[in-house]
Amino acid sequence: MAADEPLAYPIARTCPFAPPAEHAVLREQRPVAPVELPGGEPAWLVTRYDDVRRLATDPRVSADRGHPNLPLTEPVTPAGRAAIAAVGRSLIGLDGAEHAVRRRVLIPEFTLRRMRALRPRVQEITDQHITAMLAGPRPADLVTAVALPVTAMVICELLGVPYADREFFQERAAVQVRRGVDPAQRRQAGQELRDYLDDLVTTKETDRPDDLLGRLAGTVDHDTLAGLAMLLLIAGFESTASMIALGVADLLEHPDQLALLRAEPERTPAVVEELLRHLAIVDTMPRVVTADVAVAGTTIPAGAGLLLGFAAANHDPVAFGDAATLDTGRGARHHVAFGYGAHQCLGQNLARLELDVVLRTLMTRIPSLRLAEPITGLPFRTDASVYGVDRLPLTWGQP
Amino acid sequence: MIVDRDRCIGAALCVLTAPRYFDQDDDGRVLARAADLPEPPEDVAALAIRLCPSGALR
Repeated sequence: MAADEPLAYPIARTCPFAPPAEHAVLREQRPVAPVELPGGEPAWLVTRYDDVRRLATDPRVSADRGHPNLPLTEPVTPAGRAAIAAVGRSLIGLDGAEHAVRRRVLIPEFTLRRMRALRPRVQEITDQHITAMLAGPRPADLVTAVALPVTAMVICELLGVPYADREFFQERAAVQVRRGVDPAQRRQAGQELRDYLDDLVTTKETDRPDDLLGRLAGTVDHDTLAGLAMLLLIAGFESTASMIALGVADLLEHPDQLALLRAEPERTPAVVEELLRHLAIVDTMPRVVTADVAVAGTTIPAGAGLLLGFAAANHDPVAFGDAATLDTGRGARHHVAFGYGAHQCLGQNLARLELDVVLRTLMTRIPSLRLAEPITGLPFRTDASVYGVDRLPLTWGQP
Repeated sequence: MIVDRDRCIGAALCVLTAPRYFDQDDDGRVLARAADLPEPPEDVAALAIRLCPSGALR
């Protein structure tokens, strides 16, 4: 890395269980690094834990998804930018009071009490899928047998989306979050999903069923509700499914840590926090600064694009000693895997619940669970905005 | 310690971390359970304050 040359970003991961090694050099030498995005635009990448947390709560840092300088880590057409802006207007791209008002409508749906009340149902759904996997052929693919269907079924139940339609939206949502998808294909998938949710929301507005979309119908306008449905649906299962598959792989590759979970399953919440930190599946979140902001001796100028390096922050040795090591006893809850600041993940306690139930059940119910192929050959999504693995072949029983 | 319910975004990390001191109302916003938090706050309460993403606990 030359001293003042912008760094090409994103940087692909090479280790299955860690963000790019280059982050360490950046945190040390260029904690506020000028980067060049795939479309050629400039932006700034911040990689230290303290700086990332401070900027994530700085009122001069905007989440406006419609800003022309919003740093996108893949090349995007003007129509693609317009679609990103449209989804942002439902929640994640709003700032300050406007964001607070919108979020306030949603937080009663995601209280800890509500999430805990969901636990028996999540357990039931998990048990069914693991039973089906055990009854099927070996090896089985955990992604398609458990990770995707369980998370899809849970978010369907929560929102009130017919589970029968899951394949329709699962396929389209997957296109929305992966890199390297043809822009026309992505646009079409987004439009189809949006049309479907438009119709669904219209039904909710008429019938007012007792589910999340039914309860919110009438409290926000139709377009906003359809936008929220889209956001919650996409955010609600892809990232959690990724964490389930990667978490299982990470534990199977760290038998000492897995043994601790199996010996004391009530430790699973701590295991989940450490996996969230260690895997750090969301590399960055895009922001724009609205006034000059000084960070670690560098001034980021007003109007510049900013990438908050949440994955890099989760591996900052100042915040997490021996950060590369998976250590489920470390007390990792101050991680920023769900982001930080007013935009911190709305569904974080739903994700915690699903991860706890699925990991605990899989690991205690199948003591002989193991990878059916070497870890290095698996199809990790090294360049996606949400890191993941597309297939996780597992086997069990006698070798 | 300040409990600023207007800034609360309902992340519930305080309730998850220090349920003895914090609760969530039906709106999802923080409630301080104990009127008299120890001063300085004991470790678990201090961690809850540190984890608060919105600055509602300071």
